[in-house]
Amino acid sequence: MLVEVAAKLRAAGLPVTPDRLAAFGEALDAAGVAHAYWAGRLTLCGSPDDIARYDAALLTGASPARGPSWQVRRLPERSLFRATMPPSAQAGGQDPVLSVRAADTEVLRHRDLATLSPAERAEALALLAQVALADITRAGRRHRPAGHGRVDRRRSVRAMLRAGGEPRPLLHQRRAPRPRRLVLLIDVSGSMSPYADALLRLAHAFTRHRPRWTETYTLGTRLTRLSPALRTRDPEVALREAGRLIPDWRGGTRLADGVAAFVRGDGHRGAARRAAVVVFSDGWESAEPARLGAAVAHLRRLAARTVWVSPHAGRPGFAPTAGGLAAVLPHVDALVAGHTVAALHAVLEEVRRA
Amino acid sequence: MPVHLPQPEPERRALPVHLPQPEPERPGAAVAAGRIHAHSGAVPDFESPAALAAGLADAGYLADEGLAMAGFLALRLHRPIFLEGDAGVGKTAFAAALAETAGVELIRLQCYEGLDASHALYDWDFARQVLHLRALESTGTAARGALSVEELEADLYHRRFLLARPLLRAIERAPCVLLVDEVDRADDEFEAYLLEVLADAAVTVPELGTITAEVPPVVVVTSNRTREVHDALKRRCLYHWVGHPTPERETAILRRRLPGLDERLAAQVAAATAHLRTLDLVKPPGVAEAIDWAAALRALAADTLTAGLADATLGVVLKVREDIELAAGTVGAR
Repeated sequence: MLVEVAAKLRAAGLPVTPDRLAAFGEALDAAGVAHAYWAGRLTLCGSPDDIARYDAALLTGASPARGPSWQVRRLPERSLFRATMPPSAQAGGQDPVLSVRAADTEVLRHRDLATLSPAERAEALALLAQVALADITRAGRRHRPAGHGRVDRRRSVRAMLRAGGEPRPLLHQRRAPRPRRLVLLIDVSGSMSPYADALLRLAHAFTRHRPRWTETYTLGTRLTRLSPALRTRDPEVALREAGRLIPDWRGGTRLADGVAAFVRGDGHRGAARRAAVVVFSDGWESAEPARLGAAVAHLRRLAARTVWVSPHAGRPGFAPTAGGLAAVLPHVDALVAGHTVAALHAVLEEVRRA
Repeated sequence: MPVHLPQPEPERRALPVHLPQPEPERPGAAVAAGRIHAHSGAVPDFESPAALAAGLADAGYLADEGLAMAGFLALRLHRPIFLEGDAGVGKTAFAAALAETAGVELIRLQCYEGLDASHALYDWDFARQVLHLRALESTGTAARGALSVEELEADLYHRRFLLARPLLRAIERAPCVLLVDEVDRADDEFEAYLLEVLADAAVTVPELGTITAEVPPVVVVTSNRTREVHDALKRRCLYHWVGHPTPERETAILRRRLPGLDERLAAQVAAATAHLRTLDLVKPPGVAEAIDWAAALRALAADTLTAGLADATLGVVLKVREDIELAAGTVGAR
């Protein structure tokens, strides 16, 4: 009976490992079969999501193979990796760089990600993955010995004691760097779709490089947390999984709701505190822009640094006139372009200034 | 948040009896790595979760079915409890009540970033060690050859120079309830040695030996979910999500926590708090805030939560300006 239940729960996506199962058995022995529900819930679950899956699996006993309801809402197999070039760029008519088939990385770094051919795109994405290798740190609470900085009283005194109480040169210390959490909020609405794929790959590279210190969410009509999906090693698998999770891919924009949901949920609880928050969005807000402004103002109060990245900011003649962007501008630390690999490098520089 | 700490029992305060006493005639006694068994005794056993819930209620904590079951299983299976939930839903208070119910001491380890072994496990009292050396020097004990070098070293690394931090103290004083509060605030390296201590209820001090608890302490780990705690830690624990109570339970909690509180007022506060939780607030109020609110109203000698009174005292429950603006005028009897 235990094994059947375990199989059902495992199918529902619960982490039913043998040791958890053993604990379940022990708990059943101790509490009695009458309390099987709680014995199982206490031993087999590990997060509020698990509890929801557990309840769902036990209630919908008939169809264990279906999985939890939140997974089947949107059907998979939507490839995120697709040629998104406008036909004019494909023809290569207006872009002189394309006519000489420049695969030179230095040039590629400055090309708009939305106008690349699939082959160039692959190369650009490889360059992008290197962006994520940079360290993002902040001053930690602990100290480490250093040549100059504050006087390290403890080490200085110990050195004096070793010398039998004779004065010794003063020793110094500095704050040891700790990784700074990076929160990426990526707009995946229709207007951002030429960039969303590249940005998700960047998020994947960051997540692979520093899984504990990277949180990724997508904004569209709702907020979706992608961090667990992006921990998979293979970018294709990770992105496919992420695509399954995003219910509002290329849909409309309710930026204010998404940002507010993040700020009030995970952000307020701690994900945004002391973190560098980067919002990738063109700021096309279909609801009222004032709410977006208020949500971003709150976000800035929580985060160490708030950076807004708009792909249009790099275009000549750009002015932040999109309703949402104008409302957001007074509340962000920096507005940066994010349309090329080089521009995304600049974003990172901005983040590291936190 | 009002945490009710149990009164210390005087007879339990003495240093653990099984630790080696100073024995100068046996050189190196304290250095010999042996397994030292700490204070023994037992946590009283409860026959059912309902019995534990009744005990907790006597201690002033009204636990729901799941939490009572978690406490019961933790005592039976000697597994730590991992409690997650919003701030102010009573995770810390549960540990305090559990300690009081079981009649054992509560040892609390508040986690923070940068918490390391010398703050969580043990540390050598360097200043006193130096002082001891100086004292030996000045009395000329060492110079007269009364103490060999080994004896001197053994003397220096004696238990009395060891500062027991919460984890070691919990192992020495077991049975007790060890509360590891807000583990999500500590670094992930801390989880690693917390795991080690929880797994075999033992602490190894290289100079002294391994100190083992005969009865493992009852461990309550809490988290506000500001980050995902590593699965290796969760796997060894009983996981429970502490949610907000129903208005009926909250009324009962308020009446239990604040003796003399009018039942009607308690029900009104509980209903108003439940209403606030349905609003789109940055920080929905927890039980702790509801208790504060009721206490404030009791201090004002109010018998009804009127709209005016509610607006005037909203700052007790809501601590974010936007929340107060949103909630003002929606609470209290017209």
